[in-house]
Amino acid sequence: MTEPGPRSAEQIHREFHQVWRNLPGLGTLSAVNHTSLGLRFMVTGAIFFLIGGLLAMLVRTQLALPEQDIISPDLYNQIFTMHGTVMMFLFAIPILEGLAIYLIPKMIGARDLAFPRITSLGYYCYLFGGLIIFSSLVLGMAPDSGWFMYTPLSSAEFAPGPGSDFWLLGVTFVEISAVAAGVELTVSILRSRTNGMSLRQMPIYCWYILAMALMIVFGFPPLILASILLELERAAGMPFFEVAGGGDPILWQHLFWLFGHPEVYIIFLPAAGIVSTLIPVFSGRPIVGYRWIVLSIILTGFISFGLWVHHMFTVGIPQLAQAFFSVASMLVAVPTGIQLFAWLATLWTGRVVFNLPMLWIVGFLIIFVCGGLTGVMLALVPFNWQVHDTHFVVAHMHYVLVGGMFFPLIAGFYYWLPHFSGRMPSDVLGRWGFWLTFIGFNTTFLLMHLTGLLGMPRRVYTYEAGLGWDWLNLLSSVGGFIMAAGVAMIIVDVLLHFRFGRKAPQNPWNADTLDWATATPPTTYNFASLPTCSTRHPLWENPELPRTIEQGEHGLTEISHGRRETWGSEAVTGKVTAIFHLPTNSWLPLCAAASLAVVCISLLVRVYELSIVGAVLAAVFLLRWSWENGAHPAMAPPSAEESTRDLPLHSRTHDGPGLWGMVITLMANGALYMSLLFAWFYLWTVSPEWSIPDQQPLLMLPLLASGILLTVSALDFRRITRHLKAGRDSGLQAAFWRIALIGTLHVGLLIWVIAGSSLAPTELAHDAVLLFMLIYQLFHSGLAVILTALQARRVHYGYVSRHYPYEPVVVAPFWLYTTGVFWLGFAAFILLPMSWGGAA
Amino acid sequence: MFTLVFTSLLLAACSGPYSTLDPAGPSATSAAWLWWGMFGFATVVLIVITLLWLYAMRRDPGEVDQRDAQRVQNRWVIGGGVVLPLASITLLLAFGIPAGHNMLPLPLEDGEPARIEVTGHQWWWEVHYPDTGVTLRNEIRMPAGVPVDFVVRSEDVIHSFWIPRLGGKLDMIPGHTGVLRLQADEPGTYHGQCAEFCGVAHAHMRFTVEALPPEEFQAWLEAQQDD
Repeated sequence: MTEPGPRSAEQIHREFHQVWRNLPGLGTLSAVNHTSLGLRFMVTGAIFFLIGGLLAMLVRTQLALPEQDIISPDLYNQIFTMHGTVMMFLFAIPILEGLAIYLIPKMIGARDLAFPRITSLGYYCYLFGGLIIFSSLVLGMAPDSGWFMYTPLSSAEFAPGPGSDFWLLGVTFVEISAVAAGVELTVSILRSRTNGMSLRQMPIYCWYILAMALMIVFGFPPLILASILLELERAAGMPFFEVAGGGDPILWQHLFWLFGHPEVYIIFLPAAGIVSTLIPVFSGRPIVGYRWIVLSIILTGFISFGLWVHHMFTVGIPQLAQAFFSVASMLVAVPTGIQLFAWLATLWTGRVVFNLPMLWIVGFLIIFVCGGLTGVMLALVPFNWQVHDTHFVVAHMHYVLVGGMFFPLIAGFYYWLPHFSGRMPSDVLGRWGFWLTFIGFNTTFLLMHLTGLLGMPRRVYTYEAGLGWDWLNLLSSVGGFIMAAGVAMIIVDVLLHFRFGRKAPQNPWNADTLDWATATPPTTYNFASLPTCSTRHPLWENPELPRTIEQGEHGLTEISHGRRETWGSEAVTGKVTAIFHLPTNSWLPLCAAASLAVVCISLLVRVYELSIVGAVLAAVFLLRWSWENGAHPAMAPPSAEESTRDLPLHSRTHDGPGLWGMVITLMANGALYMSLLFAWFYLWTVSPEWSIPDQQPLLMLPLLASGILLTVSALDFRRITRHLKAGRDSGLQAAFWRIALIGTLHVGLLIWVIAGSSLAPTELAHDAVLLFMLIYQLFHSGLAVILTALQARRVHYGYVSRHYPYEPVVVAPFWLYTTGVFWLGFAAFILLPMSWGGAA
Repeated sequence: MFTLVFTSLLLAACSGPYSTLDPAGPSATSAAWLWWGMFGFATVVLIVITLLWLYAMRRDPGEVDQRDAQRVQNRWVIGGGVVLPLASITLLLAFGIPAGHNMLPLPLEDGEPARIEVTGHQWWWEVHYPDTGVTLRNEIRMPAGVPVDFVVRSEDVIHSFWIPRLGGKLDMIPGHTGVLRLQADEPGTYHGQCAEFCGVAHAHMRFTVEALPPEEFQAWLEAQQDD
């Protein structure tokens, strides 16, 4: 596969750059390149972090002395709610995603992520969502119910202003970005590794990011569902969480923490990935216990979904459940302990260079272990009952999140700084920054454990003098400002280094992974040629690699076709099977995200006509996006040159990244549907005033008929794709039209069911859930029909045929899913209550 | 001398009207003991791990071949990563489970505990003595030396009922009823507060608890009924 061309390195660079560069000037907003967007994610996250930190300073100012009234209680509630929301949703997750977006392709020897336009969409959803959330603070109407938005405090009755709506809509908007990144990172890691990089040879950081991405895919949908339900309750009066209508406020807590606890590990795992990357480099030896670490990453992922109730021990749930969740919460110490001691063993057997990034790693260790230990304490129910909702929990959570995320992030930041900028950081300023942050942090939060034990609840805007809390709070505030000085020092260091930093040599830390085989700062295409990689430590075993890559001595150096390309490989072995052709700069993601922002804002101000316009516009942009794919002239039109290459373009195969992206998106979607089922069964069995109407509210016959039509369409579609894969495409266009037509009939019947049923969704939670389920079904069915009609048109244009079978294969699982949720819903929402002797 | 000063300082630092470390009832006492035990254990673990880590960074490993590395891996990863957490958890549960069990509102061997109903409102406490018609506001009178079941509810948003010196807290959730058993060992005045954020005046949602000798409590309750 190597084609050592006669071209010089400069010539190769010029040709590649021509194809891969962002558009100049404002055109840079259409960039889809992962390096550009990863950096934008990180810079935006850093700015949001500074604003979140400023809010923390306001909190510490108000609490420095007892009985102060610098900040009114109303404003204080907005400030602490926004501090939590910003740090969690706008800083911690996005900045780690940004780093992964920047690093992953470089580590796996690829030129970009598998779905570059999704990177761009994700960035704009994040940016716009963040701006919408912040605008509430500027307008003085920020959410004020705490960052976990417990109902009924956040419901229309007790929070009548738009604050909660800002939170629900803004955060959901940002979460689109997280889920997009989750899907994209999963597919990229699994399918676009360079030749020969089997899963066992992946850099350990990729394992962490793979776990994080999959946890996002399963962990975020419960909160997305909860937010939609609460917004529907607030705006349309559907009583999902209202006791009087048969709902239950505890349902919110379950859904929130079903997301919220995995989220802690979604934040911790990528940060631990940084630690696992840095320690072997600075110990000068491979990590000890690679397999143990991979095992513990997987264990952490699974266990983290089984301990959400430990946030709810004081709610009064059954003892047996408390015992189960208590033990599960403690067990998470095992995989964490494995990683900790694998790092220790690596240091033990290596010759350690104790430099600035390692200083931050040591800070991480001390703070994180302390946070982990108080975490085990909190998992013990009888102790939890005392300190839950006190400053002890505030201290614990900052130890875990600042220790487990911020310290490794800064360590990684210093480590990759030469990669971002091509220059080295200053050691002196950096050490000042570390010590100020470390001392400030511990002064603030170590004492706060005691504040909590002395009984100070969290989220109070002031406290009386003489309760024993005065000196502790004063010292915590002083510590907070010292920490702020530390952060300021880091910023100064980074700003100065761009001007005064010494030029970084190639691979300045003597690292082992391919990310250091690019130029620093990297070129837009990362690698001029893609090396075969069959070791975990390519740069240690072959230090010449950066040079030979740059000179085009490895694979996929052809660029005269003008397409952006990277390798597509088998998920497990990493054996290259296809060439992924990637889209170039595109305005569609920006336009789609902007339309979604219009939807979001118009829902906020409750101008529903405008939100429909926005939704239609977004659909148009997204469908146009799907149109510019495969053999479309804007993507990879048929050419003579492709037949001369020894690997097919992925759109000529039927196992491309699109199929994987679809399946993983459907997993996220399925997690959302499972959360809906959970809500249904939870309300049914636990909600105090749940009631089922005497009469079956749905029209049963049309519903059944509609289901049969849907099944027929899905089976037909499956049959057609099977023919297509076998190379038969006669009558393809007519078949797609036929399926679209039957699907349309199904949709029509479904609309009849919704319109003709006697649902009272504003009075009964039962009917509200049913209506939600039906509309969810309608959305999916409608989308399946539209996608199929588009396939028919694509056949007409010649973009889909037996030579280009790729896209129908992508759409097929969507039909299957739509049919699956129909019958699953039918069984769970209609048959089961009937057999229980409810409405018939 | 030093020990004396240190101990008295520590005691002074741990006391306070809302302090969980100055327990005045069986639940709070066992939670406080759990805390001191866990605190001691965790401090040792933290110090040992930190020192090990710093030593590991400084020591000269010499020539480490594959076999040595494997041995170090097994020792640290299995010993520290698997055995240590599992042993700690077992130890913790051995103390924690009985402690938690004793806090539960289980049936008593003899007689019924007194019941006091407390309803949370934004931002005050309604205290009701069942079958008596006696109602108080932001103030609870309870018999000392005997277990009392607090039956908690909410009229509006979620609150949490907490008297730190007597024991743990229990959330008050609209539509749900919870039972929390507490006991004040000695007569005296205690302080309670809302622990779940409940809106603008959350910080001021407090109440006082008067624990009276049982006879005195009974007399007070009867006197109230006569009024």
